[in-house]
Order: sequence, then C-alpha cells, then structure tokens
Amino acid sequence: MQIELRDHTSLLRAGMAPITAVFATLVICSALIVWAGVPVLEAYALLFKGAFGSSFALKETFTRSIPLMLTGLAVAVAFRSKFYNIGAEGQLYAGALASVYFGTGFIDLPAFLMVPFLLLMGALAGGALLLVPVLLKTKLKVDEVVTTLLLNFVVLLMVSYLIEGPWRDPMAMGWPQSASIIDNGVLPALLAKGRLHAGLIVALLAAVLVWAVMRFTVLGYEIKAVGFNAKAAEFSGINVNKTVVYTALISGGLAGIAGVSEVAGLKGYLTLDLSPGFGYTGVAVAMLARLHPLSVVPAALFLSAIYVGADSMSRAVNIPTYIADVLVGVSVLAILVCVMLTQYKIRFRQ
Amino acid sequence: MNELIDILLTTGFWAATIRIVSPLIFGTLGELICERAGVLNLGIEGIMTVGAMSGWMWVYQGGDLWSGVLFAASMGALFGLLHATFTVHLCLSQHVTGIGITLFASSLSYFVYRMLLPSATTPPKIEPFQNYPIPFLSDIPMIGEALFTQSPLTYLALLCVPAVWYVLHRTPIGLAVRMAGENPVAVEAQGINVLAVRTGAVMVGSAMMAIGGAFITMSWFDAFYFGMVNGRGWICVALVIFASWKPGKALLGALLFAGLEAMQVRAQLSSGAVIPYQFFLMLPYVMSILAMIVMARKAKYPQALLVPYRRGERV
Amino acid sequence: MPTLSFKQITKRFGSLTANDSITLSLGDSEIMALLGENGAGKTTLMNILFGHYVADEGSIEIDGKTLPSGSTEAAIEAGVGMVHQHFTLADNLTVIENIVLGTESLWRWRHDMTAARRKLIDMSEAYSLTIEPDALVADLSVGERQRVEIMKALYRDARILILDEPTAVLTPQETENLFITLRSLTEKGLSVIFISHKLHEILAISDHVAVLRRGKIVGTIKTVDADRNGLAEMMVGKAVTRPRLESMEPGAPILTISGLSATSSNKLPLLKRIDLTIHAHEIIGIAGVAGNGQAALADVLSGLNRNYSGSLELHNKTLTDAGPSEFVARGIGRIPEDRHARGMIGDMDIWENLISEDLRSKKVSKWKTIIRKKAAIERAEHLIDSYDVRCKGPLAQTKLLSGGNIQKLILARALSPNPDFILANQPVRGLDEGAIAYVHEQLFAARKRGAAILLISEDLDELLSLCDRIAVIYQGKLSSALPTSARTVTELGLMMAGQTIQGSFESERDTSLNSNSEIHAN
Repeated sequence: MQIELRDHTSLLRAGMAPITAVFATLVICSALIVWAGVPVLEAYALLFKGAFGSSFALKETFTRSIPLMLTGLAVAVAFRSKFYNIGAEGQLYAGALASVYFGTGFIDLPAFLMVPFLLLMGALAGGALLLVPVLLKTKLKVDEVVTTLLLNFVVLLMVSYLIEGPWRDPMAMGWPQSASIIDNGVLPALLAKGRLHAGLIVALLAAVLVWAVMRFTVLGYEIKAVGFNAKAAEFSGINVNKTVVYTALISGGLAGIAGVSEVAGLKGYLTLDLSPGFGYTGVAVAMLARLHPLSVVPAALFLSAIYVGADSMSRAVNIPTYIADVLVGVSVLAILVCVMLTQYKIRFRQ
Repeated sequence: MNELIDILLTTGFWAATIRIVSPLIFGTLGELICERAGVLNLGIEGIMTVGAMSGWMWVYQGGDLWSGVLFAASMGALFGLLHATFTVHLCLSQHVTGIGITLFASSLSYFVYRMLLPSATTPPKIEPFQNYPIPFLSDIPMIGEALFTQSPLTYLALLCVPAVWYVLHRTPIGLAVRMAGENPVAVEAQGINVLAVRTGAVMVGSAMMAIGGAFITMSWFDAFYFGMVNGRGWICVALVIFASWKPGKALLGALLFAGLEAMQVRAQLSSGAVIPYQFFLMLPYVMSILAMIVMARKAKYPQALLVPYRRGERV
Repeated sequence: MPTLSFKQITKRFGSLTANDSITLSLGDSEIMALLGENGAGKTTLMNILFGHYVADEGSIEIDGKTLPSGSTEAAIEAGVGMVHQHFTLADNLTVIENIVLGTESLWRWRHDMTAARRKLIDMSEAYSLTIEPDALVADLSVGERQRVEIMKALYRDARILILDEPTAVLTPQETENLFITLRSLTEKGLSVIFISHKLHEILAISDHVAVLRRGKIVGTIKTVDADRNGLAEMMVGKAVTRPRLESMEPGAPILTISGLSATSSNKLPLLKRIDLTIHAHEIIGIAGVAGNGQAALADVLSGLNRNYSGSLELHNKTLTDAGPSEFVARGIGRIPEDRHARGMIGDMDIWENLISEDLRSKKVSKWKTIIRKKAAIERAEHLIDSYDVRCKGPLAQTKLLSGGNIQKLILARALSPNPDFILANQPVRGLDEGAIAYVHEQLFAARKRGAAILLISEDLDELLSLCDRIAVIYQGKLSSALPTSARTVTELGLMMAGQTIQGSFESERDTSLNSNSEIHAN
C-alpha cells in the first residue's frame, strides 16, 4: 500500500470530507446498534427526532451546542498553529471559576457592563491557565499535550475543593454547588420558554471574529504560517514564540468564555458536573470543522445533536447513552482519514 | 513532618507503593516501547480503560484470571493495531489519532460494560488476584510483606522492567525497534520493513498498557468504575520523558509517583481536615508536570519520534 | 556475462517519467559512472536496484538471475550495497549497532557482538578503512560517517557497491582517499556504480560513463574516450554555457563583520572571531566542508541568531540585535540553504509566501494588521512574470511547484527589493542545469547593480567560477578572502581540511585586494 500526493484538490472534494466522515461514523457505529438488538434506521431516526424533532428538542440542541462551539473554536485556533491544546476542559472550568468569583456579589455593575465583564474575566482566566503550558513549551520545549491534559485534572480538583469548601453555597441542599450568579450577570434567555440563552450570540460572534482574524489579519497569517512550517516562518521574520503565546491566549480565552456561558447563562451556579467533557468533545468539533472557524458552528450543532438525540433515544430503546461518546470518538478517527483522502490517493500494489 | 517519616517507616506504606506502581510500570513501559519505535501513543488512557474493562468482564463472565489478562492484552494489541494503521501506515497525525483512540476506546468500554450490565446500580465484583507470598522471601521482616507478598501481576510488572531492557538493548529485534525510532531510513536500508517493526512495537506496547489497566480492576480493586484510569495514562506519558526512554529509570520514576500516591492516602488520614484531600490528589499530576520540566532541557528524544516514514517518497 | 544488468527499466511518478526504458550493464572489477544533472533520474534508478522503489516496467539481473523487485533484503542478498547520499545512520547509536542491524535474524534472542566485532576489525584491516566500533555516530565527522556507510555495505558482502554523490561532503584530499579505496575494492573484484554530476571526478575514477538525461540513457562511453565538454553536452543536451564572471572594480564596503564569535547551546564554539568585509559589485565565496560553521554564519547573517559577540555593520550602521524583518527592511536579501524547510511554506499559496518577509510594511498591510490581499496578489503576478516561475498562478499552492521554480520564488522574494547585501546559501543545490544558470545570472545581475554578495557553497567549481574572492571556513575560523585568480583547488582543499597555509587563517586586516604576496604560487 502506498500513499501518493494528489496533484490538485478540488474544493468540492475538500468540502465533502466532513460529510463522508459523518456517514462513515454512522455506518461503523451501526454495528453497536445491531448488537443492542435495535433496527439501525429506527435508532438513527430516533436520534434525529430526539435532536430536531420538536421545538423543545431543537432548543436543547442549540443550547448544548454553545459550549461546543466555543471549545471547538478554542481547539481549532490552537491546532492551527500546531499547538495541541487538550486542556480546554480545564480552561472552561477556569472561566467558570472566574465567573463565580466575580459574579456572585463581589462586584455589582449594570447588566450591560456586567455580562461583558464576566465574559472578559472568564477569558482571562482561561488564557492565563493555558499560558503555563505555552510558556513551558516556548521556553523549555516541554510538550504541551501532556501538560494541558494534566492541568485538567488539577483544575477539576481545585473546583471540587472550592465548591465543597470556601465557595460552597450554604443555602443549597444536596450536592455541593457555588453561590449563584447575581441577576445582572446572568446571560439573558433568548426565548420565552426553554434554556436557550444569549451565550449563543456570544458563540456565533466569536466564530465570526475568529474567522475574520484568521482570514484578514497579519496575526491570522502568522498563526497559520507557524502551524504549517515554524522554521520557515521564523526565517521570514515571524516571531514564533510570540505567535504561539497569542494563539494560546485566544484559545484559552475562548474555552474560558465557554465556562462563563455555562455558569452565567445556563445553570446560574457552578457544580462539579458543569461540563460532561465539552473540552474533549471540542477536539472532535474542531477536527470535523477542519479547523475552519465558521465550520465550527455546524460541527458543534451536529455533535450536540448526537448527545441530545442519544439521550432521547436511550429513553425510548435499550441503547446506553454512551453511544454518543462512541460516535464522537469514531468521528475523530473518520475525519482524519477523510481529510487525508482529499489530499492523497491510496494505491495498492502486489 | 514527623508524621511523614512515621509513614515512611510503615510496611503498609511500602506495600501500597508497590501495589500502586504496577499499573504505572505497565503503562510507562508500554508507552516507552511505542516511543522508542518513533510513535507517540496518546491512546494510552483509552487503551488502559479497555484493558481494565475487558479483563474484568472476561472474569465476570466466567473466565479465569490469567486468561482474562491475556484477553485484555489482546484487546490492547488490537487498539494498538488501529493506532499503527493510522499513524504508521497512513501517516496521519499521531497527536490527533491518539486522542481519537482514547475517546473511542474509553467510550466503547463504557458502552460494552453498560450493555452487558444494564441494571447494575452498585458495580458488581469479581474475585481478584490474591496476593501470593513468595516462599522464604516473604518471611523477611518488612521487605517480605512489602515486596514479596504481592499480586502475581505485580511480580510480572517488576519482571517486565529488566525484560524490556534486555529485549531493547541486547536483541536484534530491540535494535531494529530503536533504530526505527532514530532513523527509519537506516532500517529500510538494511532490508528490514520499518512499517512492520513500528506496527509490532505499537501493538506490543499497547498490549502492555492494557495489562496495566487490567491490573486496576483485577488485582487492585475488584470492580469496574467509570473513570477508573483517572489520568494514569497521561502520567505514564510524562514518566517516559522523565525516564529518558530507559526502562530502569522508568521504574524509579514510577516508584516515586506511586510513593506519593501511597503517601497521600495515609497523610490524609493523619492530617485530618487540615489540608483538604483535593490537594493531595493533585500531587501526582503536578509532580508529573514538574518531572517534565526537569527533564525538558536534557531530554534526548528518539530522533524519529513523531516523524512518519513514507515508503518510496523521493528523498 | 555482465555482473549487473538493467533491462528497460521504466519508472513513473504520476505524470513524471523518472526512468525511461533504461538498459545498462556492468561487469566485474569495473567502475561505472552514472552522470546526469539533478533530477535526471540517477538516484531513482539506484533506488530501484536497491529495492526502495519498484519499477513499472523492465527487470534487473545479477549474475544472470532476475532480482526480485521492491525488496531491499533481496538486493542485499544478491550482493548489492548502497552508500546513500544522505547517510542512513542513527546518530544516537554506536557504529557497530548501525552496521549489525539486519545482519542477524530478528528472532534471535541475543546479539552476537563478539563475532560481529571480530569480523568488523578483520574487514577494516583488509580494506584499510579505519573505524571505531563503539564510537557514537553523532561524534563522527562526515568523512568518518561515510566510511561507516561503506563498511556497512562491505560487511554484508556486497559485490556491487553503489555510491550516490559521495564526494559532495568531502574535501579534495578526502575525495582522493575515497578513490584509492575504490580502486583497491575493484582490484578485489567488486563492481562500483559511482553517481555524480561532477565531470572531473568521473573522468578521474571511472572505467566507463553512462549519461542520463531526463530519465533516458543518452549514451554510454568508455572514459578514456570521453572529455569534459563532450560529457557536459551529453548531460544537458546542448552546449553548456554557464554565465561567466566579468571583472568589475569593487565599490564601497557594504557589510562589515568584525570579531564575530558564537557558541552553540551546549557552549561549543561555532564561530571564532570572524572578520570579513564585502564590497559593492563583489561576490565573495565561502568554501568548506559541511559542518564547519557555515550554518552558524548563515544564521547570524540572516538575522536568525542574535546570540553572538563581535559586530555586524551594514553601511557602517550596526545590525546587532536586528531580527530577520529588520534585516530585510534595511536591504538584505537572503537565500536559505534548504528551500523546503526554511525557504517557503509549502502549504501556503504563492502570493502568501511572497509577502512573508515584509508582513508589516505599508505595502503589504494596513495599519500593520490587515493584509492587503489584492495588492499582494498583484505583486505575486508581477514577480511570477519577471522571474519566469512556471506555475498555475499566484493562488496555486506552493508545494506543487518543482524545486527549480520554488528557488525562483525565493530569488524573487529576496532580490526584487534590490537589496544591498545578499546572502546566498547553497543556492543551486539540487537544481538542474537550466535553473542553475538562471540563479547564477540573477546573482551576476545583482552584482552588476551594485550589491555585495556572500556565496556559501559546497561546490568548489561553482565558487571558482562565480566569485571575485574566496575564503575558507574551517572549524569556525575564516581564512582571509583572497582573489579567486590567486587560488588553486589543491590549496583550497588543504585549507578546507584545516591545514593552514602561511597567512591564510589570520584575520583580515587589510581590505586591499592585491595581497598576492601572502600566497605561495603553486
């Protein structure tokens, strides 16, 4: 077997990659559905209905896509410069911690200032957290994958300590949680009924902003250049270290905003189970979007649909909800292959 | 401080350390083998989970312990094959493939567990490996209990350290593996198939990682919980760098970490509520980061690590 | 019966036919030279012989038996040994480990190092090739590494030895030693295939020459019947005229390097007190075996390394602490050694690569933040046209271009701002004759315009034909730069190997160019 570079890649072929990957994922995972004894098409139909079939479902899908859009953007930006940020989970919680610290009564500002203020603080917290692995990489050449991952565990333990201890809401019964965000800090709801909140606007704006930066600015050029060929970028005069640091600040900041959005928009307070792995799913979102900021939006919606749909599907038939996680994992592997196939041909030889 | 020294002097502490080090040894050695061949295997966390679940489930469904270990190892090797297909044969990103495999392998393990045990609210248990006292040696005071009265899998782990060293440094196949990680073109130039060597190394390494996972459910605890591996896989990746890709140093590094974890449980009990338990739990992760910082400047990476080998590419 | 026989070997890579129906034969105790310019298909043919590639058509026979294709193991078994152009040695392992790999069955559970060591020492004496079995390859010099590569082939009982551009990294004296070794090997019955594009070497060592051009054999000739011009013409297909140096009076000093010293990250000295002044209308060449400080010097002169002592002045104004962007802004054009690793970002489009050096200039970006895409694309179109770059347009992906066209893009980027100082580091490495001639023309044009040019090259012939003055770098020290007319190949070769000739390694105090008195006439 041999792989050969194709001599040109049509845009159509490149655009088809995520669709082919999704299709392949659905086909591969149908084996699990068959094992569960459920007809495949019926199961996927339930999945689809559970995600899009009612106005409630639709709202739920959009709501759950918000943190995925933001972590997806975070990962996409980082991966563009070949900085493998797997710490979006920790950065999300860092942002959540910042929103609790500043937003539960410490400062009171009018709503139109308070909300951006909390978002900013969350972004700074996320960016600051990622700064540690970034500086370790630029100054000491320490690989960032392991450091960002390990920090996730550290941050989660910190959250556990804070909400079981000094930040615990004495008023709340049951599981430990933080105090609630004050009214002025809450991201307003977008619709009269349901949980859809203004975080969606923030996420969409973020996607457009990131796209604009990557497409039109010098910084975006530098981020791409460093990702493609850091040595050549350095030769041309691009400050590689500075670029990686900026990338990390943007990436960590976006993940931090995801945390703020979940606390100040969705739940109103911080609990240990705020994120069921949004940081990790963000990797899948970014890969499916082929690292394009605007494509992150549909990719996030798709993956959110899988989770929402799987919840509903598992209530109707006997398929464990973990099917959603399996679908996500397989989709990461599938998109890798599909993107490769747009650039290379595989030839089989005797 | 006195309390710390007191703890260090108890047999219980050392026995716990040796027990805790076992999965770390398997994981670190497994990752070491992959990286020596030039492949970064970030699927370790998922593969350890697969090992934990499949070995346990084999026994739960009526199999015996050792064949369960074998089953876990072969599941690990299978995922290793998947990883190698992506990274060695298709030359895809080793970072993203690893993460994808971790996501896929972990979630698949949970899915299968749930499918086979849909209604369990408290996790069911199996009869795990019993400690096997080695005759004569286990009667030595202190050391006897700590080192020679352990699970058979622990003995296996400790034996693997010199075994892996020997294979890597004293056998032709070990030389081929090391060369594949330093200069794969050199391997091809001597008529050896680099892709086969790398694939084999990744499969063997992954099998070892899976045994490490199986240790957790089949020897240490006796049930399978979600999130069991708890980041141990990532710690092993850090430990490989800390150990400069040498099996002997890997053992030392793993012992250091296991000691910390053993210390943490005991220190919690004695210090009570003074230091919150979360900070003790943070120690292994923070120490791993520190370990990587310490080794960063001096790390002599295998030169072809992360570099895919493309057959027939115009040089 | 010939020992080795190629029968109509054909190999295609996509639309490119690298080898076209090649038929050749080689006998015992013969040295055959395979001559062709870069890209002619020589290495491809050898890779097919050695099993790295599989031929699309044709077959190879050794001693009358067909060689199984695509298997290096089979080739080695049949007695083929290859000394690759880029050494296939693992730096972090020892010499004996590198040699022994693959010689024992992989399923043995123990190396037999004692037997291997004995065999190695015996062979080393028999062939007069001294090697140190337990030395770490990383510690060896380039010449020593090549000896290890040769031993590797001989250890496996090679009877047909292939050497791919072996002299590219050797001094003239080391090349002589290599030739002596090859002659003694052929006396013992070995056959040798010697790949090169260096005519005088081929004439010196080979018994016959096969000339390859664009994948086809255009002729085979006995060396005694061949001459330089004839071979050159066969190699390129037409009368070869490389541009000639017209003599010119040097102008004002442009770049002054004084006392330049640099150390590596583990405190080893890379450059030792280098002094050099380059004037307008002048090309100065730096000769030397790879690894003697050229890379460090190039890094400093490109703005990549600001960690040095001593001074760098452009037009009498200091350059210290300036980075690559400032270098470019102040009128320095740089052509890097490795066009793929450092020169261009393959995944980006052509127009993007052409603005990479002045991203924050007014022409390229608004307020230093927003890229002026339209202006950039126009610039790219203009440059593609003036530098004759064959491509699909400014929006094409850079990595799809051939090596020669990528080099033209690099020239376009570096030379179009009309820089006052140009650093050209191995500018024609890996290019075919046409592209080589183009690059040299551009350098001459710049020189005529008034630029000061520093040319670092491994090819002594190139330096002798292009430069006004030549200096030699050895272990970080630079000799004085004396006029080319006053230099000979022998003398330069000795200096490249570190043997000083009176006055040659003192620092340059005297900028007058007529100091012939220091050199003994040869």
